[in-house]
Amino acid sequence: MRYLFTHLDDLWALTVIHLRLSLVPIVLGLIIAVPLGAWVQRTTALRRLTTVTASIIFTIPSLALFVVLPLIIPTRILDEANVIVALTLYTVALLVRAVPEALDAVSPAVLDAATAVGYKPLTRMVKIELPLAVPVLIAGLRVVAVTNISMVSVGSVIGIGGLGTWFTEGYQANKSDQIIAGIIAIFVLAIVIDTLIMLAGRALTPWIRAAQPRRVKAVTG
Amino acid sequence: MSPMSFLQEALSFIFTAANWGGPAGLTARILEHLQYTVVAVFFSALIAVPLGMLIGHTGRGTFLVVTGVNALRALPTLGVLLLGVLLWGLGLIPPTVALMLLGIPPLLAGTYSGIANVDRDVVDAARSMGMTETRILLRVETPNAMPLILSGLRTATLQIVATATVAAYASLGGLGRYLIDGIKVREFYIALVGALMVTALALILDGALAFAVWASVPGTGRLQKSRGMPQPLLGDEVALESRAPARRVVTARSDRGDPSPTVEG
Repeated sequence: MRYLFTHLDDLWALTVIHLRLSLVPIVLGLIIAVPLGAWVQRTTALRRLTTVTASIIFTIPSLALFVVLPLIIPTRILDEANVIVALTLYTVALLVRAVPEALDAVSPAVLDAATAVGYKPLTRMVKIELPLAVPVLIAGLRVVAVTNISMVSVGSVIGIGGLGTWFTEGYQANKSDQIIAGIIAIFVLAIVIDTLIMLAGRALTPWIRAAQPRRVKAVTG
Repeated sequence: MSPMSFLQEALSFIFTAANWGGPAGLTARILEHLQYTVVAVFFSALIAVPLGMLIGHTGRGTFLVVTGVNALRALPTLGVLLLGVLLWGLGLIPPTVALMLLGIPPLLAGTYSGIANVDRDVVDAARSMGMTETRILLRVETPNAMPLILSGLRTATLQIVATATVAAYASLGGLGRYLIDGIKVREFYIALVGALMVTALALILDGALAFAVWASVPGTGRLQKSRGMPQPLLGDEVALESRAPARRVVTARSDRGDPSPTVEG
């Protein structure tokens, strides 16, 4: 614990790098996956194609992908961009399957009602279907965020910055104090980000909370 | 050197028979990698499956599952592994503990949501026929939950086989040796050999487990045409958080005798 409090400057600098490497992919992934998922939802062939591609991408180990990516895209080996691209791919791979499933779950009666009061398909998607898909999206995002934060720390074995460097440094210097500091820092970081995403999800879906007291009464009574 | 020549060198390394034999050959490394994976998956299943069954059956401690799964997932595997090596020395214990902690969340989530989501009518029918609680759990709920339990096993295996790569950093074996040594000595084609082999191993294991999930669907459900091969991860981890409210809504509705949407609001 002492290490953590005597190295607050390092902690801050490494946390910024760690957050950049793990959160930029989430934002990019959302920007890509939501429109893509909505677009393929109703086309069976395209949807199957994206699902299969996504699950193959998801199967590729992250450490391997960090190393293989320079073959496919014009980046250098051990470049930070590889990490961002790789983690963006994982984010897209997870969300692109979750988005159509969330949209499937929107009740047809709601869609018909929206059409009946004059929503055009695009407006209906943005104002009705996507907001109703938020809970599933949030569940997916929380998994991705926590996984990404952990994956970035694994990247330190191949020289990627972030809080994981405390693991590799501490191991080489035989300082378990430093490793414990790293574990605590990453753990807290993951929990904080996870909670923030959960709270954002709540703020985006006020109708769920509005319905909650009633629902609890119905279950217990 | 252009990236493509790395790939050529890596492939010619893999397709050279001499590189497969010996104590540091590909065969030995693959077996070591599989050993770490199998041992870690076994121990995470040993802890997560009974716990998930118990909590899923009794409905007590659901909060523990959700919090525990999130907390364990936030624990960085590399840190635990390296700390373990400093504390207990080299050997099988540090990677097993670190990888086991990685495998518990998906297995616990899969087992719990599998058992908790078994149709209540089926469970009540079994109970009214006089089955004991243990028999209900083992003979009725577990077979019905098997697809989700195995999806959890599949996700756990996938994550463990991918992460077992880092064992090499702590001077242990496995396919990570190629990846990490290759980068250390700046021979990137060797790193690529490791990356390609781990990817191949993950894809093969995942395919085999996908088949197991499909084969475990009880009854004749799997023979219906439209069921595709089950997909990893989304089946259990996300379901744990997204499915629970959906079920609550259903019970609420049947308790209150199906109110019309206009009355609700």
